[in-house]
Amino acid sequence: MATGTEPPHIHTGVHDPSRAAIGPRHLRTDRWWLAPALTAAGLLAFIVYSTWRAFANADYYAAPYVSPFYSPCLAENCVPMKAGPNWEIFGSWWGLSPALLILVFPLGFRLTCYYYRKAYYRGFWASPPACAVAEPHRKYTGETRFPLILQNIHRYFFYAALPVAVILTYDTVLAFRDEDYAWGHMGLGTLVFLINIVLIWAYTLSCHSCRHIIGGRLRHFSKHPVRYRLWGWVGRLNERHMLLAWSSLISVALADFYVYLLATGAFDDPRFF
Amino acid sequence: MSTYEARFRVWRGDQDGGGLADFSVEVHDGEVVLDIIHRLQATQAPDLAVRWNCKAGKCGSCSAEVNGRPRLLCMTRMSVFTPEETITVTPLRAFPVVRDLVTDVSFNYTQARRVPSFAPPPGLAAGEYRMQQMDVDRSQEFRKCIECFLCQDTCHVVRDHEENKTAFAGPRFLMRVAELDMHPLDAAAEAGLDRKAAAQEEHGLGYCNITKCCTEVCPENIKITDNALIPLKERAVDRKYDPLVWLGSKIRRRSGS
Amino acid sequence: MTQHERQQWDVVVVGAGGAGLRAAIEAREQGARTAVICKSLFGKAHTVMAEGGIAASMGNVNEGDNWQVHFRDTMRGGKFLNQWRMAELHAREAPERVWELETWGALFDRTADGRISQRNFGGHEYPRLAHVGDRTGLELIRTLQQKIVSLQQEDFEESGDYEARLKVFQECTVTRVLKDDSGRVSGTFCYERESGRFFVLQAPAVVLATGGIGKSFKVTSNSWEYTGDGHALALLAGAPLLNMEFVQFHPTGMVWPPSVKGILVTESVRGDGGVLRNSEGKRFMFGYIPDVFKEKYAQSEEEGDRWYEDPDNNRRPPELLPRDEVARAINAEVKAGRGSPHGGVFLDVSTRMPAEVIRRRLPSMYHQFKELADVDITAEAMEVGPTCHYVMGGVAVDSDTAAAVGVPGLFAAGEVAGGMHGSNRLGGNSLSDLLVFGRRAGLYAAEYAAGLAEGSRPEPAKAQMEAASAEALRPFGAVEPSGGPEAPGASPQNPYTLHQELQQTMNDLVGIIRREGEMRQALEKLSELRVRARRTLVEGHRQFNPGWHLALDLRNMLLVSECVARSALERTESRGGHTREDCPGMERSWRRINLLCRLADPAGSLAAGDPARRQIDLERRDAEPIRPDLLALFEKEELVKYLAEEELYA
Repeated sequence: MATGTEPPHIHTGVHDPSRAAIGPRHLRTDRWWLAPALTAAGLLAFIVYSTWRAFANADYYAAPYVSPFYSPCLAENCVPMKAGPNWEIFGSWWGLSPALLILVFPLGFRLTCYYYRKAYYRGFWASPPACAVAEPHRKYTGETRFPLILQNIHRYFFYAALPVAVILTYDTVLAFRDEDYAWGHMGLGTLVFLINIVLIWAYTLSCHSCRHIIGGRLRHFSKHPVRYRLWGWVGRLNERHMLLAWSSLISVALADFYVYLLATGAFDDPRFF
Repeated sequence: MSTYEARFRVWRGDQDGGGLADFSVEVHDGEVVLDIIHRLQATQAPDLAVRWNCKAGKCGSCSAEVNGRPRLLCMTRMSVFTPEETITVTPLRAFPVVRDLVTDVSFNYTQARRVPSFAPPPGLAAGEYRMQQMDVDRSQEFRKCIECFLCQDTCHVVRDHEENKTAFAGPRFLMRVAELDMHPLDAAAEAGLDRKAAAQEEHGLGYCNITKCCTEVCPENIKITDNALIPLKERAVDRKYDPLVWLGSKIRRRSGS
Repeated sequence: MTQHERQQWDVVVVGAGGAGLRAAIEAREQGARTAVICKSLFGKAHTVMAEGGIAASMGNVNEGDNWQVHFRDTMRGGKFLNQWRMAELHAREAPERVWELETWGALFDRTADGRISQRNFGGHEYPRLAHVGDRTGLELIRTLQQKIVSLQQEDFEESGDYEARLKVFQECTVTRVLKDDSGRVSGTFCYERESGRFFVLQAPAVVLATGGIGKSFKVTSNSWEYTGDGHALALLAGAPLLNMEFVQFHPTGMVWPPSVKGILVTESVRGDGGVLRNSEGKRFMFGYIPDVFKEKYAQSEEEGDRWYEDPDNNRRPPELLPRDEVARAINAEVKAGRGSPHGGVFLDVSTRMPAEVIRRRLPSMYHQFKELADVDITAEAMEVGPTCHYVMGGVAVDSDTAAAVGVPGLFAAGEVAGGMHGSNRLGGNSLSDLLVFGRRAGLYAAEYAAGLAEGSRPEPAKAQMEAASAEALRPFGAVEPSGGPEAPGASPQNPYTLHQELQQTMNDLVGIIRREGEMRQALEKLSELRVRARRTLVEGHRQFNPGWHLALDLRNMLLVSECVARSALERTESRGGHTREDCPGMERSWRRINLLCRLADPAGSLAAGDPARRQIDLERRDAEPIRPDLLALFEKEELVKYLAEEELYA
């Protein structure tokens, strides 16, 4: 009988002396590293892009389109947008990019989202990198302590995400104007905004917290037929939470990039009518 | 019917050590990995230890790891591998090994005992239970569980951290808590047991970082993470992190004392 | 001889399936300290394979149902050979046993008004099977398992020890029921599979709940555990087995691929609308309705189809005839060359129901075919054929107390007990049987144990323990010095080879259709195998050694197989699960005759090396007459078909 290889330095987990003596930390033969690598690459790309755009404090408005990164615009230093989402709550003392004021909410929503948690725990923390592949950490306490225990406030970010989505919907309505603010027009940008807002809503409503609040916390569905039906719909969206998380992430970045292209004059919005 | 010789590497050994042993073995059309293990027993390794029972994916006995992935041996068809591939079969790597492919799964039975049982509603005699299908659907999904313990095996919380085994019940038994909490007639709350809070305080729900490996390996396709663990986390939030509930419980406690 | 570890219990339950766990719960609730011992892990018993449901006349779906109708169906299904008192108790008590499960946390499928839903099944006049999709057995075992855990939690609260009053010895095997010098049960001799260590559980009452014997047959729906352990333990302890010739072949097992041949396709497929067709596309069952059932079944496809919607004004389709009839019909079709490519017939739901409905109502069937055979049952027909499924015969017991005949302290419940199902079991009646008689066995075992005064408890005879230990160690190299070189199998034998030969023999020669010559041949082969089994030699050591375990189980399978073959040869008629090609008719004169199997030489050494000697003696015994008020539940015209003149007017 063959003998086991020398046990490596960590004597816990799969190399605990009570477990079957198997040298490698996993025996998977498929490309298990591909999914976490793609996840990490995708998230990283978005972080780099959104950081640049959020701090840029420029090129976020090209009538009639406002970048979703800067909406609503809450400081005095915002570009005035006709009938657009200008609310100068923070007045004049705010000197940084106004995007930072509002992005906290969608960022928090996505950061505490049950799907994104899975994605970055696997992609960045390698905890675990993939199923049945041993993680490199010596200790693990999960979400039992500060700071990760704060993940439990996800539902409050969900509440905050709702008005943001409403405002982005409003922006999309505004996109049915032309560059002279005349109503009843549509351009390629309108389409981009439409797709984005549908995805944003779908992602927001497919949230696990939303599912819980709508009906999941109920004990007897039979006593709440309307909520039961809504819960069923949200449930069906929820099954695609990962897909919606990615597609809405990409669409929001694309919507912003589209405005950037228009604002910098690199591209002209093709008008349909 | 086509037949070929497959190369197998099967872990053999016990607590004192062991390693992968190489075999070359015949494979016929339509067979599963358990058939091959049985052929090894009958022809080359009569004392090769393996746990199995129904061979139809219903009992959850033949859990092991095939090419590093937790699987039921009886539900892993040979046709998913190429004839050239070497197939590695090892025991579950989250539990102490007993012999060859057999592991000591007593961790799971210990955790099962720590979950308080169904509390029958007082004043309701047998035969008087009335429940709507839509109200039992959720718990029924969890009761499909065949207790193969693949989710317990793959969960990195205990797989990679032996020391967490005292604090963490594992997906299967957190799902059991969810099942009982969603049972339309469970009277635990009336008896003073808060299953939602207990999930977090007694059974280590907070250790779960919802990386979904349990759902990935479940042979019954139970949506463990989405339908049991996350709803349970949300229910724990209701109890512990909802300011209104928190305030309410403070007031009630004060007026109660 | 080394001293084996001994533990004291009040009741030992052998087997942790439905019957065993229900018995253990009852015994513990009666106050007995109870040990359960099972070959697999706790919660893995063969009961999980039961799919269709639990038959109980709750009348939730059709109010016309009551225990009398259920009793009638059971007796008809068993062709009146049932131990009628058992059938009566079973029909009366089943609803309570099902409702009780709900109080332990079971979640059955519901009717619109929130009651337990009930489904149609072969041989049952009304929708009667409480079910959970097609995984009812799993729900049953899990509920009982969790009830046991809850009792252990209670004990923990009280004493700080979960196992103070109820303990499960998992992955342990019993090789002998021990007795004291006066012939009373005194415990069990066991080994732990993991370590190979021997130990003795001392107890005045032992409940056998070990299930069936299917692993003696090649094509079977049964799991490896079904090696007839309880049957053999009872025989060896001196208790007789009843009517062992009746073995049920379930009509619909998978036939392809070969590695899953025999795995069950639940009867609910037919109960919910699935139909059987031959290679010509014909619904052949209409041609196989026997005279005794002519009035009860539809004569045209149209009527049969209407029945699913309107069961009050139409008769049921013949696909739902009792299992023995359907199994024989499939066998005949295949023999006549109208079978499917892999030697079965077609069972089709794909043309009968929308895909969505199929996936919802038959989820595990959908997955079973998808994953094991790569067949999508919502798009194409399944191929099915008969598979060895259940043994109606078993330990002869007292109907009320489940006490084994002739051995004080021995009880049997579930599949290992005989009598309840007569010559053929109806689907759904096994799970209810487990609950009703599991409870009764536990109850009376606890009572029996409590009735013994302290100090008068039976002590295991020392010689028995030593003999049991020697017997269990035999396969590690104690080849008999005797036996000339010409004797078959003078060389060491591989247990796996012996097992395969046994399965082939039983399948081919004592299978679904039986002939005298073949059964004689089978008996010869069985004695040859018995002699060779004396020489099994296993490699390795005692720690979790499957070769050794199989070698020990072979003794049981060989004993039980001989019982089946001898009884089958003796009964010269066809009835229920026993079909003789050479005696095709059902004889009223045989209705009253029970065949009892006993060990031929209880004192002598078992499975002696002489192939000429038989291990089993047969005895004919008259059945007790059916109580008149129960007979009055049937129409005279129907009784005439089954009962002899003198019984009718007695």
